[in-house]
Amino acid sequence: MCAMQPGPGYERKTQAWKAVLTPEEIRRALSRIAHEILERTHGGEGAVLLGIPTRGVPLARRLAERMREFEGSPVAHGSLDVTMHRDDLRLRPARALQRTEIPTDGIDGKTVVLVDDVLYSGRTIRAALEALNDLGRPRGVQLAVLVDRGHRELPIRADYVGKNLPTAQREVVRVLLEETDGEDSVLLGTQGGDER
Amino acid sequence: MKRHLISTGDLTRDEAVLILDTAAELASVAGRPIRKLPTLRGRTVVNLFYEDSTRTRTSFEAAAKRLSADVINFSAKGSSVAKGESLKDTALTLEAMGADAIVVRHPASGAPHRLAEWVTGSVVNAGDGTHEHPTQALLDAFTMRQRLRAPGERGGGLDGVKVTIVGDVLHSRVARSNVLLLSTLGAEVTLVAPPTLMPFAVGAWPVRISYDFDAELPKSDVVMMLRVQQERMTAAYFPSVREYRRRYGLDTGRMALLPEHAIVMHPGPMNRGMEIAAEVADSPRSTIVAQVANGVTVRMAVLYLMLGGAEETL
Repeated sequence: MCAMQPGPGYERKTQAWKAVLTPEEIRRALSRIAHEILERTHGGEGAVLLGIPTRGVPLARRLAERMREFEGSPVAHGSLDVTMHRDDLRLRPARALQRTEIPTDGIDGKTVVLVDDVLYSGRTIRAALEALNDLGRPRGVQLAVLVDRGHRELPIRADYVGKNLPTAQREVVRVLLEETDGEDSVLLGTQGGDER
Repeated sequence: MKRHLISTGDLTRDEAVLILDTAAELASVAGRPIRKLPTLRGRTVVNLFYEDSTRTRTSFEAAAKRLSADVINFSAKGSSVAKGESLKDTALTLEAMGADAIVVRHPASGAPHRLAEWVTGSVVNAGDGTHEHPTQALLDAFTMRQRLRAPGERGGGLDGVKVTIVGDVLHSRVARSNVLLLSTLGAEVTLVAPPTLMPFAVGAWPVRISYDFDAELPKSDVVMMLRVQQERMTAAYFPSVREYRRRYGLDTGRMALLPEHAIVMHPGPMNRGMEIAAEVADSPRSTIVAQVANGVTVRMAVLYLMLGGAEETL
């Protein structure tokens, strides 16, 4: 299967990659999440989907498209870079910043749905909550992830989950998307070092 | 990996573009309700200024504060420097107080370079004598990219942009830093100055030289006017202010020779009526106010990239 190849820019030694989500399964999971968001937000009213770079951004865009298809009205979406709010900045060299694009209406009084590819320690989401704090005061914040792999280090949970994937900490979850990697798939591999 | 920012000549194209791209993302912070990021919380930035400055010092201070760093301002006036303390002793004193970065301005060329050998923290050159002023060049390049490129176009250098730098090149650290940075970014730089104000070794610089301002204007995308630095002049470099203005000053008549899209820049402070006419400085083509605003974001980017991570990426 083509999904056995790791994506570009991934050079670490990993023994074997196993596909855990096929393109069809990803498509179905996103459609289900889109329906769930519509249900929970009463037709997507006042919902703003903010993807966390890198792969949360195309996921947010896809969810917004599905929601528009299902309900007929456009859904605000954008991206939220959390780099400057991370708690592990001092552990690694300074990273290049990614785009933050907030819909023109802002987030005040809206229901913000944060979208990310993998939920793991929860630290990225904590940083995202802080970043949101500086941008305005949403009515509520929810979280949608394609994969929840467990091993939370903070009291954070997802409202919408594509797939719950029980993993060991030495395993690596890799999400590939058409927009960033040329194909859709979720891979599970094993490696000695710590990935995140 | 570099720890200090002493000269724009030390930056690779990728590093320079990374600084500009980081600044482009940070620019949005200025438009938010809360203009602050927590990134440099607990870090200390010392502004060590041996020379007068308004915009550079306040700009570095604003940049550090927007990133939540602690800022200590030190100016040579009214300090132990007046009692004869050396640069080294002053720097070591400040470092013992926990400075993670020292932003230094000094009348002697090369002072930041010496300083970098003495301290363990990062050193940012905020202007040394007639040598360099790297953050000014970075903010100038950022302003050019912002004004000359189509909206929505991101990243990249300044390939093919024609920049004419005019005036007191001899005493200008801004010109030196800009020449090095702009050529790294792919721009074509032309220097225009009276022969007496052209540096001796200019033949070795990656630039074209001209003494005819009017001939260069129609070919320029950017005209950068330099301040005539009379405080550094030890001899008569030109006969009179009137003569200088007539040959090398930018007035409305000369501005009309520029192409439609061209912009006028000045690092400030300006001598209105000398190198630049007041009507030109206040015209919509002038980016002088934008340059000041961009100064804060570019300096935020530099401080973030130098101090934000475990090891510096510059």
